[in-house]
Amino acid sequence: MHKLIIRFMFIAGCLFLSCASFAQNKVEMADSMRSNGKIYVVVAVCLTILIGLFIYVFIIDKKISRFEKNKE
Amino acid sequence: MRKSWWKILSFVLLAYTIIGGFLLEVPRLPILNESIRNLYFHVCMWFGMMILFIISFIYSIKYLRTSSHLNDIFAEKFAAVGSIFGILGYATGTIWANYTWLSDQNQSLANVLKEPKLIGAAIALLIYGAYFVLRGSFTDIDKRARVSAVYNIFAFAMLFPSIWIIPRLVGSLHPGAPGSERGNPALNFNDIDSRLRMIFYPAVIGWTLLGVWIATIKIRLQLLKDKTLFNA
Repeated sequence: MHKLIIRFMFIAGCLFLSCASFAQNKVEMADSMRSNGKIYVVVAVCLTILIGLFIYVFIIDKKISRFEKNKE
Repeated sequence: MRKSWWKILSFVLLAYTIIGGFLLEVPRLPILNESIRNLYFHVCMWFGMMILFIISFIYSIKYLRTSSHLNDIFAEKFAAVGSIFGILGYATGTIWANYTWLSDQNQSLANVLKEPKLIGAAIALLIYGAYFVLRGSFTDIDKRARVSAVYNIFAFAMLFPSIWIIPRLVGSLHPGAPGSERGNPALNFNDIDSRLRMIFYPAVIGWTLLGVWIATIKIRLQLLKDKTLFNA
């Protein structure tokens, strides 16, 4: 029960903070994400997925090339 | 791998899209905030889809002129990859709309469901879905190729009115339509920021090349299947 109240207060606090930041009349951007460097993690993850996908497609391409050679 | 330079180009452009797309500066727009970066992913899916459908359309016309089966296979596979791009564009669009239209603009769900751009895109994708149903319903190869080539031309003729023209006529929340100035910062492609353009155009080329690569793999697989079928 105690934990629940703390959790609720935390969420309420977050909501209040986000409302307060809305009141300021400027456009919110993820500036803090860039300054503490965590955005690079996202870039690394996406690049890994991209590289993995391309390796996969590349292997399929190779396999089909081999089959095409066998057929001729 | 034959003629592999454009496959490498595709990878380089997409790597540039991800690195530049996440790290370079973007214009500060209300409501959209950082989600403007979706331009390099969501919008590119639709552009890639249109380019692949145009290629499919050209091969359908070529089939009707030459009756060569290779053209029919090309038309089918390009349409297949184009449809996948379209479905991905739709899926990413729902996520983006959820945060910009529903949450931040307080549009009602009913308003978003009435959105002509969504309905138009769904109609276009369903018409292309019917193309594959039609193909599957023929047993005669020549008849299948001819009828589906004609249908593909019809599907392409419906594509542009349903996703571009009708949303502009009736007004919509989606950027690029006349109704969008009210709440949404209009993302007009005539005055789209040069910082966005620097990544957007390479991204379109990169995604399209990836689609073409997958289509060529599907075509080669189909040719192999046909060969084993005729030799057996």
